[in-house]
Amino acid sequence: MTLLEAENLQTRYGPGCSQCIASTGDGAGTNQCPHCDTVVACAEADLGVEAGEVLGIVGESGSGKSSLAELLALERDEDATTAGEVRYAGHDGNLLDVDYETRHALRTGEIALVHQHIRDGLNLEFTGGGNVAEKLLSAGNRSYEDVRDRVRTLFEATEIPLARMDDPASTYSGGMQRRVQIARALATDPDLIVLDEPTTGLDVSVQARVLDMFRRVQREEGVAAIVVSHDLSVVRLLADRTLVMRHGRIVESGLTDRVMEDPHHEYTQTLINSVI
Amino acid sequence: MTDHTTTDDAPSDDRSFDDSAPDGGMPVSTASVDAALESLDDDGLTGYNYAYLDEHTKREVRRSMLKAVAIPGHQVPYASRPMPLARGWGTGGIQASLSLLGPEDRFKVIDQGADESVNAANIRRLAETTAEVETTTDTTDADLIQSRHRIPEEVLTAGQRLVLQVPITDALRKVDPSDAANRRRHAHKNYGKMWVHLYENVVEYGEINIASRYPTMVAGRYLMDPSPIPRWDVPKLDDADHLTVLAAGREARIYAVPPHTAVEPLAFEDRDFTVERFPEQACHACGSTDTYLVEVSEESADEDGFETRYACNDSSFCRKRRENPELPKDHHLDREGVDWGPETPDGDASTAQRGGSE
Repeated sequence: MTLLEAENLQTRYGPGCSQCIASTGDGAGTNQCPHCDTVVACAEADLGVEAGEVLGIVGESGSGKSSLAELLALERDEDATTAGEVRYAGHDGNLLDVDYETRHALRTGEIALVHQHIRDGLNLEFTGGGNVAEKLLSAGNRSYEDVRDRVRTLFEATEIPLARMDDPASTYSGGMQRRVQIARALATDPDLIVLDEPTTGLDVSVQARVLDMFRRVQREEGVAAIVVSHDLSVVRLLADRTLVMRHGRIVESGLTDRVMEDPHHEYTQTLINSVI
Repeated sequence: MTDHTTTDDAPSDDRSFDDSAPDGGMPVSTASVDAALESLDDDGLTGYNYAYLDEHTKREVRRSMLKAVAIPGHQVPYASRPMPLARGWGTGGIQASLSLLGPEDRFKVIDQGADESVNAANIRRLAETTAEVETTTDTTDADLIQSRHRIPEEVLTAGQRLVLQVPITDALRKVDPSDAANRRRHAHKNYGKMWVHLYENVVEYGEINIASRYPTMVAGRYLMDPSPIPRWDVPKLDDADHLTVLAAGREARIYAVPPHTAVEPLAFEDRDFTVERFPEQACHACGSTDTYLVEVSEESADEDGFETRYACNDSSFCRKRRENPELPKDHHLDREGVDWGPETPDGDASTAQRGGSE
C-alpha cells in the first residue's frame, strides 16, 4: 500500500520566471536560473513511499535533499515558493494545501520529522523526557503516569540512559540529543518519519550505534522512513530504495543495492566511486 | 527655552500662551511654582471628567470589556491611558474600575487581601474624589471590588463585579517569551508547551507546584493567566455568579470570566489540581481554619524576638469572624453550602476545630 505519494514537488527561492525549470537542473548543470537568479532548490520531483519502507535520498550539499524532505514532512519554509502535490493514505486532497490545524494534527500524529539541526527539533531548556512528552501531551494525552511510562519505554528503545531522563536536554551529548529527537518522533506511533541528516555532527562509533538503533526500532515499529543524507553508507545501511539528487533534480532512483552496485547516471557513478 | 517652561527665576513677561492647544490643559501664567500652587483654591480637580477618565476613554475600555466578556479568557487590547500612578501598580484595574463605576456604586479595594494597604487606600480615595462613590471594606456590601492577588473569602453574588489587577497577561509567557508565537498558540488552542511545564513540575516536585498565576482553561477554549491569585482562589472562578474582569495597565490587555463560565485549572487525570495546605494551622486572630492563611512575623509579647503566626489574608472577613467565629462564607445568601473555593464551611469538621485560640 502506498503511504505517501508526491508529484512534481518544487521549492524555489526568488521571483521565478517561465524559463526557470528549463534552464536549471542536471542538464543545465546549475540550480540557479540565469534569467532571473531564482534558486530552484528542487523541482520535478516525483516519489512514493510504501508503508514500512525506508526511502533514502542522497546527493551533495545544495542538491535539494533537505528542501524535498521539508516538503514531505509538511514543514514549510516561509521564504520559499512551493508547488506540487503530496497525497497521504487516508487523507483527501493535497497535503501541501491543508490549513494549520490539519497540518499540526498530522505532524503530531502521523508524520514526524527529525531535524538536521538539534535546535530546530528540541527545546533544550526542557528535560529530555519533557521533549518526548511534549509530543504525547500535544496529542491530548492527559494521564501523567501513561505519559511517563511511554517516555520511559521510548528512552529504553532508543538506548538513552534512563537516569538522564529528567535532566535538561542542553546537558545531553550530541548523540543523546539525536536519540531524543528520534524518541520524540516515535512517541505518537507515526506512520512515517523523515530523518534529515541523522548522523550530522556525530563521531563514527556513535553514528553506528544511532543508525543501528534506528534500524532496529524502525523494523520493530514497522514505521516508514525517508532518510536524507549526504553519506552513502548511511543510506546503504538503512534504505530499501534510493533516490539520487543533483542540482535540485532526481537523477536516478532504484533499489538501494541496484543503485550502489550498478549506477546508471554518470553523477551517481562518480559519487559511488569517490566513496568506495 | 520652550513656551511653557516656568522656572522660579524666570521673569513672567507678557508672553502669550497658545490657549487653543488641544487637551494640553491650560498653562498657568505665574511668577513661580509656589505662587501657582498658592493661587489654587480648590482640590485641583477642575476640568477633570467624572471618574477621572474622559468619556471617550471609558467608552473604549467598556467596549474592550464587552468583547472580553463575549470571548471568555481571550486577551483584548485596549489603549491603557497614563494614570496618576506608575504602571504595574494597578493602572489597568483602576481604568476598568473607573469605567464601570457610577454614582450609585459602592466600591471596595483590596491589596493582597487587605483594605488598609497604602495602594488600596489611595485607589479608593481616587474613586471617592473623582467618581463620588461610597467606599466600603465589607465584601458583601460592595457593588464593585478591585483586587490584587486575592478573591475575597465571602461568596460574591450575581450583582457584584470583581476587577483583578494583572501584571502578566499571558500564561504561556512562562514557557515561551515570544508573544507572537504565543498568540498563534492561543489561536490554535495549542497548549502542548504548557503541559510539558506541568509534566516537568510533577517530575521535579511530585505534584504541580505553581504558587500563583496558575494556568487555567476558560470555557474549554482559552488558556488564561488568572492573575497572581493563589491556587486557593482559582476554583472560585468556576461557574461563579459574579463577573470577573482582569485588566493589565502595562500590557494594555483586558480579559474576563463572565458569570457561570467553566474555569478549569490545568491538571493531569492522575495528578489533581491542589490548593495550598495549612496543616494544623488556624488564624491567630479569629481561629479560622477554612480561609487562606499567611505567615506573619510579629514581635513576641513576652521576650525580645519575633514569632511567626498565621493570620487570615482577607482582613475584612477576619474581622467578622472575630465577632462570630461560626460565620459561614455564604452567610449573606439565601442558600447554603455554596461552592466557593476549598472547604466551604458546611461540614462539621472545620467548625469543630475552630475557636481554639480564643
